[in-house]
Amino acid sequence: MVSFAAALSPIFWGDQMVHQSELTRARLRSAWIFLAPMLIVLALVAAWPLLRTIYLGFTDANLSDPSKAQFIGFDNFLAKYEGEWSGLLVDPQWWNAVWNTVWFTVRSVTIETVLGTIVALVLNANFPGRSIVRAAVLVPWAIPTIVSAKMWGWMLHDQFGVLNTILQNLHIISAPVAWTANADTAMWAVVIVDVWKTTPFMALLILAALQMLPSDCYEAAKVDGINPIKVFFKVTLPLIRPALLVAVIFRALDSLRIFDLIYVLTSNSRDTISMSGYARQQLVDFQEVGIGSAAATLLFIVIAIITVLALTVGKVRLAEDTAR
Amino acid sequence: MFRRLLLAAVASIAATGFAHAAEIAISCGAVGTELELCKSGAEAWAKKTGNTVKVVSTPNETNERLALYQQLLSAGASDIDVFQIDVIWPGILGSHFIDLAPYSKGAEKDHFPAIVANNTVDGKLVAMPWFTDAGVLYYRKDLLEKYGAQPPTTWQELTDTAAKIQEGERKAGNDKFWGFVFQGKAYEGLTCDALEWIDSFGGGTIIDEKGAITVNNPKAAAALTLAASWIGKIVPDGVLNYGEEEARGVFQSGNAAFMRNWPYAWALGNGADSPIKGKIGVAALPKGATDGKNTGTLGGWQLAVSKYSKSPEIAADLVMYLASLDVQKSRAIKGSFEPTIVALYQDKEVLTDVPFFGSLQSTFLNAVARPSKITGANYNKVSNAFWNAVHNVLSGKAKAEDSLAQLESELKRIKRSHW
Repeated sequence: MVSFAAALSPIFWGDQMVHQSELTRARLRSAWIFLAPMLIVLALVAAWPLLRTIYLGFTDANLSDPSKAQFIGFDNFLAKYEGEWSGLLVDPQWWNAVWNTVWFTVRSVTIETVLGTIVALVLNANFPGRSIVRAAVLVPWAIPTIVSAKMWGWMLHDQFGVLNTILQNLHIISAPVAWTANADTAMWAVVIVDVWKTTPFMALLILAALQMLPSDCYEAAKVDGINPIKVFFKVTLPLIRPALLVAVIFRALDSLRIFDLIYVLTSNSRDTISMSGYARQQLVDFQEVGIGSAAATLLFIVIAIITVLALTVGKVRLAEDTAR
Repeated sequence: MFRRLLLAAVASIAATGFAHAAEIAISCGAVGTELELCKSGAEAWAKKTGNTVKVVSTPNETNERLALYQQLLSAGASDIDVFQIDVIWPGILGSHFIDLAPYSKGAEKDHFPAIVANNTVDGKLVAMPWFTDAGVLYYRKDLLEKYGAQPPTTWQELTDTAAKIQEGERKAGNDKFWGFVFQGKAYEGLTCDALEWIDSFGGGTIIDEKGAITVNNPKAAAALTLAASWIGKIVPDGVLNYGEEEARGVFQSGNAAFMRNWPYAWALGNGADSPIKGKIGVAALPKGATDGKNTGTLGGWQLAVSKYSKSPEIAADLVMYLASLDVQKSRAIKGSFEPTIVALYQDKEVLTDVPFFGSLQSTFLNAVARPSKITGANYNKVSNAFWNAVHNVLSGKAKAEDSLAQLESELKRIKRSHW
């Protein structure tokens, strides 16, 4: 709030404070009036649930009667009980969920970025029927996650699945693979489905960046006879890097929250459970609203830290580029 | 329109004496023929009483269904009046249901006393027994005959017979054929299956009646070690992600010699469109060793009335109707749902259609209960820890002994000083 007011009227700040004109005050008032509905809605739908979740994380609330919740301090996070540490921070299942989520995010976002760039480059080229292909590429992104997860669940099925049949007919595998059941392949199965679903999103963001590029660099490169691969790495990539970075952060934040896809494909299996899955399990299956909220709070903190890190690293790189 | 209304009103007054008609929403399972039979049963009641019913279908897997119910009930939602609840839930959900004793007029005395006791929480009859369940072994009569084998009496025998039939059938050209399928996904169903293995070996029931954690013992480890040896050999790897319906899918399409499942699969396997119609036999689940015992996990479903219902007395009337002898009998015949009314096990019509209700009666009476009563609200955590430990052994990530030792310390953490 303070920073918002400050941004609106820098003259408020410190020694610089001078007498405000009638006009400035009137403008400030109407700005507040126009912004108020949005601020109220945001407070109701974003701030209140977030604060309440954080508060519940410090209570022993239970789903069977949430009104009886009592404040218990940091016990959900870390507590000593009869000489033994307990709580989320020492729960191997929580750290397993964190590891699963990070593993999933790193792999899926990396693959999506590479594939998304390639698809965007193809779609940026001029070829007949380009607009139809552009629309068609978006289909996986448009299908609701639950539907696509169920669909892939059947395609990956070990007995009736089409994927096993195709791979067997091509003699790539000799016996059907139980993609979602086998601990070694379950996470990869999730990654495959996620890549299928969200590559179009990446491609779309990168395509938008590609279309904003100035054509003079390319003309210059063409005149100099630089080969296209070098043009991509020396011209295109640096120019689309800011957009790419935004796309990667968007996707990473989304992946860190992943729940539906994993839950539909592999249920609560410990091989694949994500941080959100863990929080839901505590909240709903075990009725531990307190611990579940604490887990959700930790999830929020983890995501916040990663975002700040990503933005800092991104800025540093951008700064280096300009220095060069 | 007017005539229909008048008729309905007359019927309602005549049949039940209620002054007004209501719409009652009932949640039914949708495994196999469940939904269909629930609909026809509820509609028959609606016709009789002049009320209307809305049937809500719920997720197939029991823990999913519990999650949904918990959200509805803890929000105090009146959307659903009658809940179909699992035998392990009265302890978890009991506080949300009304006492049915005033409406049953003693009808619960005709049902299995053990189930009625299970459904009584703090002296309140929170749910009426609707159908009971115990795990049984399905086998292919025709294939056992073809390979000169008998229904297995021990798990080791099952292992050998399954391997023999699988080898033969694969040589004969069906390369998708497997010896045995069960419920191996990391969910409540695996808890049921694994409890049967352990109990049949004499390895106890995870937690005993007094609340002591007993699961870490050599017999339990032997049972899990044997089960783990099946995966990839006589059981498809995919079983680690199968629930009831996935297992039935493999068995009923003729691709497995044995299946562990609940009685509902009998009626479907013998349905008109089933490729293995008339070729199915049912036996008690094998013993662990010759000195072990036949067992089956006690399952089954009850009907409860939400205390947030707008017309609880009408909803209770629907529950009493559905749990009555006539309805249970028709459900037993049409869907092979095991009745909870003792007298139906002597009923000739029922026994002609589902002969194993008679021959396996002792198994059903001695079914092993999951430790839900003693662990109360903590049952879900216990079961979750247990099925994950078993899943780790089955998928080859841990040895049975190590996994059970780890499970024991996890259960101790959940228990702390008391359940």
